[in-house]
Amino acid sequence: MIQPHRKHPLWFAHILHRLSGLALALFVPVHFFVLSKAVTNPAALDGFLHWAESPLVKLAEFGLVFLLAVHIFGGLRLLALEFLPWSGPRKTLAAGAVAAGFLISVTFLLRAI
Amino acid sequence: MRSVPKHLEVSIWRGDSAGGYFEDFQVPAQKNQTILDVVSWIQQNEDATLSYRYACRVGMCGSCAMMVNGVPRWTCRTHVNKAMKGNRLEVAPLRNMPVIKDLATDMDVFFDKWVKAEGVHHPSKTREDVIEPITGDNIERAKANAGIECINCAVCYAACDTVRGNPNYLGPAALQRAWTVYNDVKDAGKRAVLAAVSGRDGCHNCHTQGSCTLYCPNDLDPMGAIAGLKRATIAAAFKKEVG
Ligand code: SF4
Ligand code: SF4
Ligand code: FES
Repeated sequence: MIQPHRKHPLWFAHILHRLSGLALALFVPVHFFVLSKAVTNPAALDGFLHWAESPLVKLAEFGLVFLLAVHIFGGLRLLALEFLPWSGPRKTLAAGAVAAGFLISVTFLLRAI
Repeated sequence: MRSVPKHLEVSIWRGDSAGGYFEDFQVPAQKNQTILDVVSWIQQNEDATLSYRYACRVGMCGSCAMMVNGVPRWTCRTHVNKAMKGNRLEVAPLRNMPVIKDLATDMDVFFDKWVKAEGVHHPSKTREDVIEPITGDNIERAKANAGIECINCAVCYAACDTVRGNPNYLGPAALQRAWTVYNDVKDAGKRAVLAAVSGRDGCHNCHTQGSCTLYCPNDLDPMGAIAGLKRATIAAAFKKEVG
């Protein structure tokens, strides 16, 4: 259960940023492991790339692109919020970061299928 | 129109730093009633041993803040209708501070942090000097003015999850005061302020969750003040003024 004092846009923006960051941190080692196969074991890489064509994996990739996009834009939001001399919570900025994340990842999905 | 119930169902936290429990009361509903009125009614009519704190009743002194239905509020200026969930109110002591008894918390740490953050005046003149006029269109003065209405209620401090995670974090109110002092043209301690707030428990610990700004009953913006300190400390680090 989310505690009552946390139910506001900036907290949700914060938790989305934190969770996407953690998920990406888990993904990156796997990513590099698979890439390393190009050097050590090209046949295994080809097998993997073939498997990666399946729709389920495409959907998972959409998730990844979303995480990446939302994390980047969330970070840009924070930089803007903290380094530009304005005040107030700027909720539109938080919403904009998520929207941009969606835009990019959905475009990716539509191009992939 | 919603029919007005005769009674409010109120749970009040009872206990001390060792632990406690919620005790239920029924309080007669009034058309106009603040959370503090409800707590006072219980203390005057049901249980004289209930401990809580207030002084001014008009939002000036900052002593009456409590958690109301899970959200920190100044109770003397919070109408029951604004905070009620259905017919229920749950009143607990402020988060992030040790409880003395029932609804009264020990605010020492909160105030000590104001001093730790160098949120104190550093004189730049003596009584012999002439008083230097500072006009309202002074940019620094405008930035300082933004934070001076703080009533030290600790609502922001109770709302802050970073204080929860790091009990040494200076917290929104103390940092906002540091930013105010930093912008005071008559203050001679700018470097001392930046040094005090740039450590690991200072402004860079803030995660910009904004609960402080959201809940501040005086509509102040501690999150914005902390962002100001972040910019100032980083600029000073580039100039090698603070390390
Ligand atoms: S913005 Fe910073 S100081 Fe304010 S509640 Fe969040 S972490 Fe705490
Ligand atoms: S900044 Fe606002 S919430 Fe925090 S202590 Fe001051 S008045 Fe209270
Ligand atoms: S009693 Fe003084 S602020 Fe509420």
